[in-house]
Amino acid sequence: MGLADFRLSHFLVPKHDVLAKSRREELLSSLGVDENKLPKIKITDPQVKLLDAKVGDIIKITRKDPTRENTYYRLVVK
Amino acid sequence: MVVDKVIDKIKFSLFSPEMVRKISAAKISVPDTYNEDGYPIDGGLVDQRLGVIDPGLRCKTCGGKIRSCSGHFGHIELVRPVIHPEFAKSIFVLLKATCQSCHRVLVSKKQIDDFKAALKDEEIAEQMLASIKKLSKCPYCEAKQQDIKLEKPTTFYRGDKMLLPTEVREVLAAIPNDDLKLLGVDPEYSRPEWMVLTVLLVPPVTVRPSITLETGERSEDDLTHKLVDIMRINQRLEANINAGAPQLIIEDLWELLQYHVTTYFNNETTGIPPARHRSGRPLKTLSQRLKGKEGRFRYNLSGKRVNFSARTVISPDPNISINEVGVPLQIAQELTVPVKVTQWNLEECKKMIMRTEYPLVNYIIRPDGKRKKATEKSREELSTTLEPGCIVERQLQDGDIVLFNRQPSLHRISIMCHNVRVLPGRSFRLNLAVCPPYNADFDGDEMNLHVPQTEEARVEADLLMKVQDQIISPRHGRAIIKGQEDHVSGAYFLTRKSAEFIKGEACKILSIAGIYELPKPDRGGKYSGRLLFSQLLPKDFNLSYVSKLCREKVCKKENCEDDGYVVIKNGRLLSGAIESKGFESELIEKIVRDYGSDAAREFIDNATRMSLYVISKQGFSVNLTNYTIPEEGRKQVEEIVENAKREVDSLVVQYKNKTLARLPGRTLRETLEERIMMTLSKARNNCEDIVENHLGPENTSILMARIGSRGSILNAIQMAAMLGQQAVRGKRISRGYKGRPLIHFRRGDLGAEAKGFVTSSFRDGLNPKEYFFHSMGGRESLVNTAIRTARSGYMQRRLINALQDLVVFSDTTVRDAGGAIVEFVYGGDGNDPKKITKGGEVMTGPERE
Ligand SMILES: [Mg+2]
Ligand SMILES: [Zn+2]
Ligand SMILES: [Zn+2]
Ligand SMILES: [Zn+2]
Repeated sequence: MGLADFRLSHFLVPKHDVLAKSRREELLSSLGVDENKLPKIKITDPQVKLLDAKVGDIIKITRKDPTRENTYYRLVVK
Repeated sequence: MVVDKVIDKIKFSLFSPEMVRKISAAKISVPDTYNEDGYPIDGGLVDQRLGVIDPGLRCKTCGGKIRSCSGHFGHIELVRPVIHPEFAKSIFVLLKATCQSCHRVLVSKKQIDDFKAALKDEEIAEQMLASIKKLSKCPYCEAKQQDIKLEKPTTFYRGDKMLLPTEVREVLAAIPNDDLKLLGVDPEYSRPEWMVLTVLLVPPVTVRPSITLETGERSEDDLTHKLVDIMRINQRLEANINAGAPQLIIEDLWELLQYHVTTYFNNETTGIPPARHRSGRPLKTLSQRLKGKEGRFRYNLSGKRVNFSARTVISPDPNISINEVGVPLQIAQELTVPVKVTQWNLEECKKMIMRTEYPLVNYIIRPDGKRKKATEKSREELSTTLEPGCIVERQLQDGDIVLFNRQPSLHRISIMCHNVRVLPGRSFRLNLAVCPPYNADFDGDEMNLHVPQTEEARVEADLLMKVQDQIISPRHGRAIIKGQEDHVSGAYFLTRKSAEFIKGEACKILSIAGIYELPKPDRGGKYSGRLLFSQLLPKDFNLSYVSKLCREKVCKKENCEDDGYVVIKNGRLLSGAIESKGFESELIEKIVRDYGSDAAREFIDNATRMSLYVISKQGFSVNLTNYTIPEEGRKQVEEIVENAKREVDSLVVQYKNKTLARLPGRTLRETLEERIMMTLSKARNNCEDIVENHLGPENTSILMARIGSRGSILNAIQMAAMLGQQAVRGKRISRGYKGRPLIHFRRGDLGAEAKGFVTSSFRDGLNPKEYFFHSMGGRESLVNTAIRTARSGYMQRRLINALQDLVVFSDTTVRDAGGAIVEFVYGGDGNDPKKITKGGEVMTGPERE
């Protein structure tokens, strides 16, 4: 009950989303890398569990950094 | 680059005796090296089948010559096995983990199954070893287990009985393969009995070359010496065994063999004396070759020596630009820059070769790669045969691009790109304004200089590392190349209200700074210092700020009595004097931002030179009477001291009566200490006004503290009034004798003097007790700096090793050597910290051409 809400709403937890399959190619080609070069996130990560993501998915994290809002990408791994 | 194969993992395993014999090119059977004729003895330790180190000889294994054969291993058959000292720990673990009767692992079947079910393969071994601990009975054969002991480095005991290496080997050999797997040993690659050596691998001679001394005598490598020792004892042992000598003698020799093998691997093994050379020097054996700062890894692999570099003592030269470095002629004649000969510069190069005095050509590299030294004799011929495709190595000249470095290289600005100025003398010269980034001073510091050898390297150095582009430090975004000390004092004396000069002086001051146009006088017939200083500023420079010179709460601006309101309009300094903060943050940083680094370099060069001229013309010094406070002032200081002592005494009385009000979270004792510290530091601070009033505003210490060019008011107080409380670990001094720091006080005395309060000043001198307290405090700060540098140095090493191949790419992502993304936007905003100004906005000023 309260736990799920807490993980979703705590101000220290940035927004996590699963990157749409359609956006994947665009992201990787803009970076000029294959997915293995992305930073990793564990499938056991509480936020990943919440999103019900699978190994190989890319998680998009939108975070307010001190100077501006940034997006980070993580590849879900075992 | 195409990567066909990627290394997934590396497996380390043990050599089996069979393997050693298989890769061995020669069995060593003679404990000697060369015969009387100087030829390698067959079967000796430099047997020609192990490779060759003498020119002319050929390897008997591969037929290669001195450089084409990299050497081959040999082996020694040990008559009796010995423990490999580096594996003693592993052997100990295995002996403890297995049954002494049936040699099975000392964990019950059930528990093993539990582990297998619950844990990953890699984790089982760890858990197994943890669970063995104290089993006195084997779960399989019920045999009682005796205590196993390891007496370092290589002696094992079972119960009270010593185990001979042969026995250890038998026990290890009896451990079944399946049980080894459970203990994290892969028996297919590493049988544990191989940890007890029966054959010893002998490294190729190329690994341990001998050197020939001037006397023609051969001096063998330490490893060869050690191997000879091993061979000798091995043979003696064999002879004694064959002769049927008593067991006692055999065991003695056996132990000696163990000693030699142990020191062969590591001559710093704890618990045994190091093997020594005839001269008494400890031998450098295998471990010593690899380990530590001077070992193979840190000395040869991560720290290589380079050519085209020079090192000497540094000394200051305010007359060269911050971009320049003064290079002694002797060094300039040794270091060279390669010039490619083309059809267009052929004639020029020929003339260069034919020169008879500096700058000369040192070497010519022919198109076939042959290197020819240019000498008086060979010059003529070399110049006539010079052709496009040759490379001419000419001596270092004014304007050449070099890299200059001072260790420890803690940040990027520890290595910067300078232009050469060849100067007489024997030291490198550098402008005082570049001391801060290098953290250099001239008390004997030495620095290194490197000459880039390719066009690309020079361009890269010039574009990325040039001194003038490093004026703003990326660490804090403030100027780090700036005027200091006398530069700042000089600028103040030049720009304060009273500074004015007659025409002749004005001309001198301006021409020193490279300005040859005299402005119109602004003070009757005289020139104000501000007018002269203004000539250094860009013509459209505008600025106003209140500097720290102003002592009012709210500055009276134009009417400021302290020269604290600085106004610059259209490049004219109209009011206010320059002090340290204004010099660096308001002037230098603004010029870098708005006018670019060329203008800033020029400003720093000229302003510092002008300031130094002014301060040395007027003179700026100190003598003892500058710190003498008149009688009236001394009385005031004494009164402060007396009051403070009285207050401390009354606090102590209150403490003893328990009437002292406790501070929250403190014990009564802590409260007392805190109150006393506060009282005494207040006493010292109260001296500030007295010192300032009696020494007067023109006192050099006071002046420098106010300008910010050197020292603080505290320094003046300590010199003229009193030192104040001395502290160790932030507390009043309490260590020493029982209940008192020195025997000159009563036990339990909590008063000011008994705990390190020094009422004397440096001018008056300290009494012995005070001197002792001061030394205690001084010792602490000395120790702290020593510890801090050692600790931060190691931390720096680890950070550099972890971060060294991260690169910021042009899309502002940070990636590692394998191309993996580490950060999507560098620093979270993609900004260069050098270009971020105080307010957080990003600098947009002109870039250098
Ligand atoms: Mg020094
Ligand atoms: Zn060979
Ligand atoms: Zn057993
Ligand atoms: Zn003011």
